[in-house]
Amino acid sequence: MRLIAQIGAWFDRRLQLAAPIREVSEHPVPKNTASWWYVFGSAALVVFLLQLATGIMLALIYVPSASEAWNSLQNLNHDVTLGWFIRALHGWGSNFMVAIVLIHMVQVFLFGAFKFPRELTWVIGVFLLLMTMGMAFTGQVLRFDQDAYWGLGIGASIASRVPLLGPAIVKLMLGGPIIAGATLSRFFALHVFVIPGMLIGFVGLHLLMVIKLGINEWPMPGRLVKKATYEHEYHELTQKDGAPFVPYAVWKDLFFAAFVILAVAACAVYFGPFGPTGQPDPTIIQTAPKPDYFFLWLYAVLSFLPASMETPALLIGPVIIIGALLLLPFLSGEGEKSWRRRPIAVLTILLVAVTLATFTHLAGYTPWSPEMNAWSSDPIPVRFLQHRTALERQGALVFQAKQCHNCHALEGMGGQRGPALDSVAVQLTPDQLIRQVIQGGGNMPAYGKNLTPAETTALVAFLQTLHPAGQAPARDASRALAFGGSGQNSSAVRLSSRP
Amino acid sequence: MSTDKTISRRGLFMKVGILFNGLVVTALAVPVVRFLLSSVMRGRANRYLSWVSLGTINQFPEGETRLATFRNPYVTPTDGKTADTACWVRRIGGEKFQVFAINCAHLGCPVRWFPQSGLFMCPCHGGAYYQDGARASGPPERGLFEYPYKVQNGLVTIQAGELPTPGASAALLGETPPCA
Repeated sequence: MRLIAQIGAWFDRRLQLAAPIREVSEHPVPKNTASWWYVFGSAALVVFLLQLATGIMLALIYVPSASEAWNSLQNLNHDVTLGWFIRALHGWGSNFMVAIVLIHMVQVFLFGAFKFPRELTWVIGVFLLLMTMGMAFTGQVLRFDQDAYWGLGIGASIASRVPLLGPAIVKLMLGGPIIAGATLSRFFALHVFVIPGMLIGFVGLHLLMVIKLGINEWPMPGRLVKKATYEHEYHELTQKDGAPFVPYAVWKDLFFAAFVILAVAACAVYFGPFGPTGQPDPTIIQTAPKPDYFFLWLYAVLSFLPASMETPALLIGPVIIIGALLLLPFLSGEGEKSWRRRPIAVLTILLVAVTLATFTHLAGYTPWSPEMNAWSSDPIPVRFLQHRTALERQGALVFQAKQCHNCHALEGMGGQRGPALDSVAVQLTPDQLIRQVIQGGGNMPAYGKNLTPAETTALVAFLQTLHPAGQAPARDASRALAFGGSGQNSSAVRLSSRP
Repeated sequence: MSTDKTISRRGLFMKVGILFNGLVVTALAVPVVRFLLSSVMRGRANRYLSWVSLGTINQFPEGETRLATFRNPYVTPTDGKTADTACWVRRIGGEKFQVFAINCAHLGCPVRWFPQSGLFMCPCHGGAYYQDGARASGPPERGLFEYPYKVQNGLVTIQAGELPTPGASAALLGETPPCA
């Protein structure tokens, strides 16, 4: 023991680190901050360290070359001992990191920890969030598969919309005219050198400020932050009702950190690594690219924006969101900290959470996309074909052959791009059906050029049978007066008798 | 004690030292920036674009739309498969063609051709186009990107070399979007 103490003393005489470390670890924190709510920041740091370690391990095998990357990932997955596990740890670690950083941010926001004097800590936290998202996107690119390839195309298409500079930004981003070798190399440099380097620097600053300014005290409703008095009040609080960070508060951080790493490892073992999916060969076009879960909400938003809104929303939206985050502590740097007295803050979080969750959920089954194989793989349910005339069944055939099923569901099968047609006959009269099929409209393509009159007649005859058992199909009441008789099928008759 | 305006020998040396470093950095910045922007500057003079063949004219039956692939004219040694590009070739009749980029005009996903319904459909956000490339429905703001083409010695060739993107298309392909 004495020998160890002597060696320690020898080193410390030269390093002089023991005193500052002791000072940091024993600095007094308000007792009520030793809470399970305060563990997310340290957990984010621990997952970041896990990402650094597993990232370095992956770099031992991974080849950042467009022609080799996919093979080296297969090698990691299947040949290298436990390569799959390190990949899975890194992949799940990234998911956990994004999630924990977001939770940490929500906690800081709701506890008013961004207020004076911690404005800059928050601002750097926003940068850290952006860098985390940057790591998530570039990491997705390094998993160089079909999703990565077409995801880059989406990124380039978004970047190209910047006025004037768009095309130049695209070439800068891709490192050339197309998504190819240079693209992967520069995303590798970003993911492995540039962004991690900045992350380490900013994380260091972030931590330094947390230590220098002190951890945010538990917010008490009615205890308002005033710039003139806050620092004095905080100092008093730590003196009167404080305890040394180690070990009073740190044990919760330790427990939670271990729990998070265990959870990452459990997910890694149970679910395995992410991809890679198909080879990044641009000539294989039978693919439906999708981003990783942290960008799914954006993927969904992009399908709902009207064409005229797209470019402004893509270019101005991020500026507004990031600007609002950066300005927050300066617009609301004083006053109430407690979420109990900040209903708008709570509602904002709820609104953002529900919005993101909804878009992410929608992106899970992409109702806006045609179901590319529905026409050949989803049969028309039998009950729509029983007791039908030959013409109506021919119409069902047209419905399949012309890929109507790709966008329109029957009994829940098929695409959801357009409305389900289970009871379309109740909503549209035969004339309206013909018009809709031939001219399209309301986001439906016009099929006039691709359907013969006979096909249209058959299709509409089939569509007219799609109504609930007890409900009659819609019909044009004026027809009976104009043509006499029921007039139900007169339009179809008229159409088929066309030369 | 010296007044504010006098400069000590050491102080002068420090300032000259800073100036010296500034000059060195500026001088080095020129090649560094040129290196970093090389992919942009090279593209400015349209040096990425050239004419590439898609195959003989007989490979494309009249009235049909077929998938064709070509090797991008500008390649680097590590490109591998990524330099292979696909495009849709529509032979309207005779030597009249339309050659569409595979990339959706919305966000660049690969569109698929459905001859039965005469539509190109995009798997990402539901964009759809008619057989002549005009926008049919969904989020795209315009029709499919078209490559300039010519038929020479029985070969269909297109001018290609850059990823078509919504922002770059007009400048890149020099074409107005096809109209319905």
